[in-house]
Amino acid sequence: MASVGVSRSLPRSRRDPEERGSRRDKFSVLLPTYNERENLPLIVWLLVKSFTESGFNYEIIIIDDGSPDGTREVAEQLENIFGSDKILLRPREKKLGLGTAYIHGMKHATGNYIIIMDADLSHHPKFIPEFIRKQKEGNFDIVSGTRYKGNGGVYGWDLKRKIISRGANFITQVLLRPGASDLTGSFRLYRKEVLQKLIEKCVSKGYVFQMEMIVRARQLNYTIGEVPISFVDRVYGESKLGGNEIVSFLKGLLTLFATT
Amino acid sequence: MTKLAQWLWGLALLGSTWAALTMGPTLGLELPLTCREVLWPLPAYLLVTVGCFALGTVGYRVATFHDCEDAALELQTQIQEARADLVRKGLLF
Ligand SMILES: Nc1nc2c(ncn2[C@@H]2O[C@H](COP(=O)(O)OP(=O)(O)OP(=O)(O)O)[C@@H](O)[C@H]2O)c(=O)[nH]1
Ligand SMILES: [Mg+2]
Repeated sequence: MASVGVSRSLPRSRRDPEERGSRRDKFSVLLPTYNERENLPLIVWLLVKSFTESGFNYEIIIIDDGSPDGTREVAEQLENIFGSDKILLRPREKKLGLGTAYIHGMKHATGNYIIIMDADLSHHPKFIPEFIRKQKEGNFDIVSGTRYKGNGGVYGWDLKRKIISRGANFITQVLLRPGASDLTGSFRLYRKEVLQKLIEKCVSKGYVFQMEMIVRARQLNYTIGEVPISFVDRVYGESKLGGNEIVSFLKGLLTLFATT
Repeated sequence: MTKLAQWLWGLALLGSTWAALTMGPTLGLELPLTCREVLWPLPAYLLVTVGCFALGTVGYRVATFHDCEDAALELQTQIQEARADLVRKGLLF
């Protein structure tokens, strides 16, 4: 009797993952970096910690675009510390943008699931086990983190940024009815073949790229699960949300509105 | 059908219904006068209502946007922990 009680009180994540039939699953985390020298070691450490605790099989693929601040050199150190089976460096010579960074990283991914996240510590690896649990629960093609539902939220945003974010989200929901609450967030888990298909179809850049992925997913009848996440604005490095971003967001939104 | 087309269809449907009803008399369709008086400015009322609803919704969501103080604090302590551990493992920051 007592032993039953003990095993029941163990946190789910500590139990043998085989129990949930995920022994064969492998999760490839794509980390695109550009000038993330400060953040990269920390995010990698948190990822390793999260995966070690949850016991899932994983690899971390770092795609650095020739950052002038020496991100690549730090990445090489991390590869030595954590092992080249866990940390894979797939750098490119120059800054070619996020979309192609994902394509590049995916070519080298050996997992059957891909996790995409930012390396700037605004996405916390502690949510990954929840993503995986959610995926299993509904057998979803995509699991998207959301700042706009349940316990989700943000930290470090002023009123103006909140208004822009909520306003943009509302307009997007009304115009596109996408079936997911956070379109511009980029913390997501995909089945590998689903991500491959989606990336082939997507043409836009920047914030709009994340939005287009969900819109195309809806068109292709992929299923989407959601997990509330807390988004902590970057501590180190430059942030950029200017008039330019807003204009290109609106342009992208209207393009999707007219074409999908 | 694109989302734009869906919207245009919807608006055209509403618009033509409204036009048909307000133009009722010329089409030989008699509506009571009070009805027509309400009908005439209806699109304007509708627009204002929708606008208020949108502003109200966005305002409410901004006001209730969850501030994740705990998450930020937790991250700060984890950063300290990570730094110490990484230095121990030989990382040169
Ligand atoms: N490989 C690669 N990574 C990039 C590029 N641009 C951005 N990144 C990385 O992509 C992630 C997201 O970029 P961010 O600069 O954080 O973009 P954001 O989150 O929209 O904006 P802020 O965090 O407010 O600056 C980060 O990990 C960046 O280092 C790029 O051109 N190539
Ligand atoms: Mg960021």
